[in-house]
Amino acid sequence: MNKGLVVGLVLVLVAVGSVVFHFLSPWWWTPLASNWGYIDDMIIITFWITGVVFVAIILFMAYCVFRYSHKEGRRAAYEPENKKMEWWLTGLTTVGVVGMLAPGVLVWGQFITVPEEASVIEVVGQQWQWSFRYPGKDGVLGTSDPQNISFENPFGLNPNDPNGQDDILIEGDDLHLPLDRPVKVLLRSKDVLHDFYVPQFRAKMDMVPGMVTYFWFTPTRVGTFEILCAELCGVGHYAMRGYVVVEEESAYQEWLQEQPTFAQLSGEARNGTGDVLNPVLSEAAADSAERGSVQ
Amino acid sequence: MAFFVPTEAEHVAPAEVADVELYHPKSWWTRYIFCQDAKVIAIQYAITAGAIGLVALVLSWLMRLQLGFPDSFSFIDPGDYLQFITMHGMIMVIYLLTALFLGGFGNYLIPLMVGARDMVFPYVNMLSYWVYLLAVLVLVASFFVPGGPTGAGWTLYPPQAILSGTPGAEWGIILMLVSLALFIVGFTMGGLNYVVTVLQARTRGMTLLRMPLTVWGIFVATILALLAFPALFVGAVMMLLDRILETSFFMPAIVEMGEQLNYAGGNPLLFQHLFWFFGHPEVYIVALPGFGIVSDLISTHARRNIFGYRMMVWAIVAIGALSFLVWAHHMYVSGMNPWFGFFFATTTLVIAVPTAIKVYNWVLTLWRGDIHLTLPMLFAIAFIVTFVNGGITGLFLGNPVVDVPLSDTMFVVAHFHMVMGVAPILVIFGAIYHWYPLVTGRMLNETLGKFHFWVTFLGAYLIYFPMHYLGFLGVPRRYFEMGETDFIPQSAQTLNEFITVVALIVGFAQLVFLFNLVWSAYKGRVSGRNPWRATTLEWQTPDFPPRHGNWGPTQPVVYRWAYDYSVPGADQDFLPQNLAPDQVTADNRHKDLPDGAVQPAE
Repeated sequence: MNKGLVVGLVLVLVAVGSVVFHFLSPWWWTPLASNWGYIDDMIIITFWITGVVFVAIILFMAYCVFRYSHKEGRRAAYEPENKKMEWWLTGLTTVGVVGMLAPGVLVWGQFITVPEEASVIEVVGQQWQWSFRYPGKDGVLGTSDPQNISFENPFGLNPNDPNGQDDILIEGDDLHLPLDRPVKVLLRSKDVLHDFYVPQFRAKMDMVPGMVTYFWFTPTRVGTFEILCAELCGVGHYAMRGYVVVEEESAYQEWLQEQPTFAQLSGEARNGTGDVLNPVLSEAAADSAERGSVQ
Repeated sequence: MAFFVPTEAEHVAPAEVADVELYHPKSWWTRYIFCQDAKVIAIQYAITAGAIGLVALVLSWLMRLQLGFPDSFSFIDPGDYLQFITMHGMIMVIYLLTALFLGGFGNYLIPLMVGARDMVFPYVNMLSYWVYLLAVLVLVASFFVPGGPTGAGWTLYPPQAILSGTPGAEWGIILMLVSLALFIVGFTMGGLNYVVTVLQARTRGMTLLRMPLTVWGIFVATILALLAFPALFVGAVMMLLDRILETSFFMPAIVEMGEQLNYAGGNPLLFQHLFWFFGHPEVYIVALPGFGIVSDLISTHARRNIFGYRMMVWAIVAIGALSFLVWAHHMYVSGMNPWFGFFFATTTLVIAVPTAIKVYNWVLTLWRGDIHLTLPMLFAIAFIVTFVNGGITGLFLGNPVVDVPLSDTMFVVAHFHMVMGVAPILVIFGAIYHWYPLVTGRMLNETLGKFHFWVTFLGAYLIYFPMHYLGFLGVPRRYFEMGETDFIPQSAQTLNEFITVVALIVGFAQLVFLFNLVWSAYKGRVSGRNPWRATTLEWQTPDFPPRHGNWGPTQPVVYRWAYDYSVPGADQDFLPQNLAPDQVTADNRHKDLPDGAVQPAE
C-alpha cells in the first residue's frame, strides 16, 4: 500500500482517536463543590481553542503526507517565504491566545481577591499530618511563632497574645466548614513544603515554612471531601491525608462548640506536665484557663 | 590526500606545513580518548549520555511497575520510589537531553555545518567532556552511598531536600549538588566553544542568515544555557552550605518531627526562583536544538526549502529571549505574591505565538513538498504531533487559574513528558537515523528502524495522552500509591496498569534501537556519500566520513542558504551550499568538470 496513505491514515487516527477519547473517557474532573466554576469554564474554553488547533494541524499534516508523498517525477514547490500567509497565521494565533489569556486573568483577579466577608481559618502542615485552627469567639487568630512550638504547644501560638487564647485547635481530626460561606484559608507549615489540595474545591496553594500563604473559596456542596498533599514533602507524602466536612451552618456551630480552645489545651498541659513549662507560658495558660472556665 | 597524512620522514613538521597539521593526533590515546577533535568529543558525549540515560530508563520501568501494580513489588518502598523519580528526572533533563543536544549534536555538527575545521578552543572542549564524565560519575556514586541517592524530586526543593524525612538527605543530596555544579563547569567550557565557533569560525560566505536552523537552534540554546545555568550553580552552592555548614539561605525556623532545628531567617521560595530561572530556559535549551534539527530533517526529506526561514530564525531568537521572562509560571501555587501571576501569565501565553509560527512553518514545508517517508522524516512528523500536543497543554498550565487545579497532578507529568521528553527524544532519534551515515559511513537498518519508530511513537502517545486525564481527576504526582481514595474510581488503576504495560513495551523497543546502532556500525549497508542528497556543508567534506580538520587543504566557500531544494531550473533537486552559481546547471558543469560529476566542486 502507498506509504503516504498509511502514514496519513495513522495521523488521522491519532487526531480522531484523541477527540473520541476525550469525550468518552471515564476519567474526568470530580463534581465541583466550591464557587470555582469559572475555573472549570476556563478549562473548557482552553480545550476548545487548543483542541481545534491540534486537530486542524494534525489533519492538515495528514493531508500533506498523503497528497505530497514522493512518487516518480514529483518536484517540490520552491517558495522561500509567503509574508502574507505568515502574518495571517501570526494574527490568528494571537487572537486565540488572547481568547485564553483575557478570561484567564479576569478569573485570576477574582481568585486572589478575598471577599470582605470571608471568615478566616488556618491550616497547619507538618510531616505528615494536617492540623486546623479557628479564630474563636473574637474572630481573630492569635499570633504564632515556630520558636514557640513544643509538645504542649503544637501550633506555636504566642502564649501572651490575648487574641490566641480562644483560638480553637483541631489536631488529628477533620476540618469542618459551613456551607455557602466564603472562607479565607491561611496556610502555614512547620517543616517542609506541603500543599492543601481538595480536588472538588479546585483551589489549592502551597504551604511554606517561614511564610503564611492563603487562598479562598466558598464550599457549595454538603459532604466529606478528602484532603491530599500536593507538594512533595518526604517519604510520607502520599499518605498525608485528612478530611473536610462541609455541613449546614447549625451543624457546624454545634460541632465548633465542642472543640477545645488554646487556653483549655494549655491548661490541661500545665496540669499534666506543669513542671516543664516556662513560667511565662504557665502564667498565661493559667490566666486563660480561668477565662475559659468563666465562659 | 597526501597533504593530510604525513609520511614517516616528515615527523618533524617543517614550517610551511599548514597549522592544521600540527595538532593532528599522533597516538591511539590522543585520537580516541584524550582527543581534541570535536567529532570524537561528540561521540564521547553521546555514548556517556546514552549510558546514563539507560539507567534513567530502567528507573522509569521500576516506578511504572510500582504505579501500575502497587501491591506487587515488596522491594520498592516509598523512599525508593522517590529516589527513582528524582534520579530519572534529573538524569533525563540534564545528563541525557542537555548533554546530548549540546555536547553531542553541538560538537559534531557546528564546526561541520559552518565550515570550520574544529571548535575554536579544542583543548577546553576536550576538558568539557572529561568534567562532564566526572559529573556523571559523582551522580552514579550517589547510588552507592549510605542512604542512597536523593529522593527530593528533580526540583530539589528545600527544606525537604536536606531534611531527614526525605531519602538521601545524608549523602545523596550532597553528591547531587556537587554533580550539578561539576556539570555546569563542564558545560560552560563546551558552551563557550559553541558560541564563539558560530560567531568567529564560520567559513567564507557563511553569513548568519545562511546558517542551517540546526546551528541556529544549538547556538541560541547554548546562549540560554550560559545565562541560565549560573542561577542553578549558585542555588546548588547555597544549598550545599545550608546542608553542610547549617547556613540558612533557604531555611527558615523549622520544627522537624517536634524538634527545633538550627536554622532561621532563610526563604525556601528563593531557591524556587533560582531553580526556575534556570529551569524554564532549560526547557528551551532542550527544545531549541530540537526545533532546529527537525527543521532541517523536514526540509531535506521533503525536498523543499524550509518555509519562512527568516521568520524561523527570529522565532528561535524571540523564544530564547522570552524564555527568561516566564520562569514563575512554575510557581503560581508556590505561595509567591499572587500579583506576579498576571505578568507571568502574559509572558507565558505570548511565547506561544512564535512557537506556533514554528509549527505552522514545519507543516507548510511539507505542503507542496516531495515527501520521502524515510525514518528521519517519520520521526520529524511524530515530533510535530507530540510537540503540538504537549505545547497546547502548556497553554492550560500557563494560565494561572487553570494551573491551580492541575498543578502537581499527573496532568503536569503528562504535559512535560510529552513536550520535553517524548518530542525532543523523537527528534534525537530522527537526527541519529539522519546523521548516522555521516559518522559511520553506513545506514541504520530500516526494518528495525520502522519497528522502533512505530512502537516508540504510538506507544509514547498511548502512555502520555490518557495520563492527562488522571490529572483532571485529581491524581497528584509523586505519589507512591493512591491507596483508598474516595474520588478515585477503580478504573483509574486499570489505566495505570495499561500505561505501565505500554511503557515496558516502548522501553523494549529502545533496546532494539540500541542493537541497531551497534549492529549497523559493522553490518549496515554502506551509505555512500551524502545519502540523503542534502545541501548542508557537513555532507560535502572531501573525506567521507569527515576526518580531523574536516576540510582537507581548503575550507569550503558558501554561496547560498541551506535550503536550496527543488530550485526551478536546476537539474538536480538540491544545490549544496558550497556549489558555485556557475555550477547550477549541467550545461555549465560540463564546461568545467570533464567528468560532469554530480558532486559539487570542492
